[in-house]
Amino acid sequence: MNENLKTLTNGILKENPTFALVLGMCPTLATTTSAINGMSMGLATLFVLVCSNVVISLLKNLIPDKVRIPAFIVVIATFVTMVQLVMQAYLPAIYEVLGLFIPLIVVNCIVLGRAEAFAAKNTVGLSALDGLGMGLGFTLSLTVIGAIRELLGSGAIFGMHIFPDYYAMLIFVLAPGAFIALAYLMAAVNKLQKK
Amino acid sequence: MVYFLIFISAIFVNNIVLSQFLGICPFLGVSKKIDTALGMSAAVAFVLVLATVVTYLLQMLLVAWGIEFLQTILFILIIAALVQMIEIVLKKISPSLYQALGVFLPLITTNCCILGVAILVANGTEKLPMGAEHGMLTGTLFAFATALGFGLALVLFAGMREQLALNKVPKAMQGTPIALLTAGLLAMAFMGFSGVV
Repeated sequence: MNENLKTLTNGILKENPTFALVLGMCPTLATTTSAINGMSMGLATLFVLVCSNVVISLLKNLIPDKVRIPAFIVVIATFVTMVQLVMQAYLPAIYEVLGLFIPLIVVNCIVLGRAEAFAAKNTVGLSALDGLGMGLGFTLSLTVIGAIRELLGSGAIFGMHIFPDYYAMLIFVLAPGAFIALAYLMAAVNKLQKK
Repeated sequence: MVYFLIFISAIFVNNIVLSQFLGICPFLGVSKKIDTALGMSAAVAFVLVLATVVTYLLQMLLVAWGIEFLQTILFILIIAALVQMIEIVLKKISPSLYQALGVFLPLITTNCCILGVAILVANGTEKLPMGAEHGMLTGTLFAFATALGFGLALVLFAGMREQLALNKVPKAMQGTPIALLTAGLLAMAFMGFSGVV
């Protein structure tokens, strides 16, 4: 039980994909223009992470070692295609905003990284928990970055206005703001962890 | 003229790294020295143009057979196979070029700017200047221009980081945060080009 809990929280805190491992930077920067966009991207990645971890962990003894990376990529791409089709059908507005970054989950280093580093060596249950923990960690960081950028850039969080938008700094919704907001957030996390 | 505008648009106005956020991992990862940055850019240019042409042709087949939903899976497999093939061919034909690009080639499969540009061009959703028509020629030029833009951003950034390494940086900001901050300022400079094309 203890080990299960440790695997689950590992991805959320100690090895947070964004702040500790610095993986998957492209979607982290590109899709966090608002809290809801960041959260949707995080949840899409979470689904792919859990499913691919489970399937790869089930297949780990069947896949020959030499072709494991292409095999992992096919498994991941299958789930990404599923997410893509489902979002296209039921959440067209969010699919439109996230656009290219949904198929690009395939090349997100976190997914392949966890498949190789964790799912290929551990049991199905633990792999599912690891995927869930990593996915939650990723979703959490994306939502936080999205919320901060949305607040500074348009004066709202999750679309609810906190202050009038003529005080807002538009730069935070644009490209440079993504880099700058993430830089200061990461520095803050570093500072807190040192203490 | 339109072909010239494609270059201006993809290199400066819609720079792949600084305004489209594709290829951030190599941008942060291999930008500590100008030499490695140049090697990586050359490898990306090589693979990106080839991959775009191959996936463009493949997309025509997918549309003809009505199986567009297999795009993601097939494209990533094609790109992975292509990278492997380029590696083998280069090793045989030009060992010196292989020496220069070899280390970077395996990293390129998971570089999202390759798959990203391939999907954009195949779907006809790449950002082209006014008057340019979507097609194989413009798509290939767009891919090449994008690779040049990637190279420019990477080399500029590597130059800045070489200087940055000599300076004192607050402890919490060391490493990735200061690199991101520098990239943010660079992105702000590139924003000055918006509206040019």
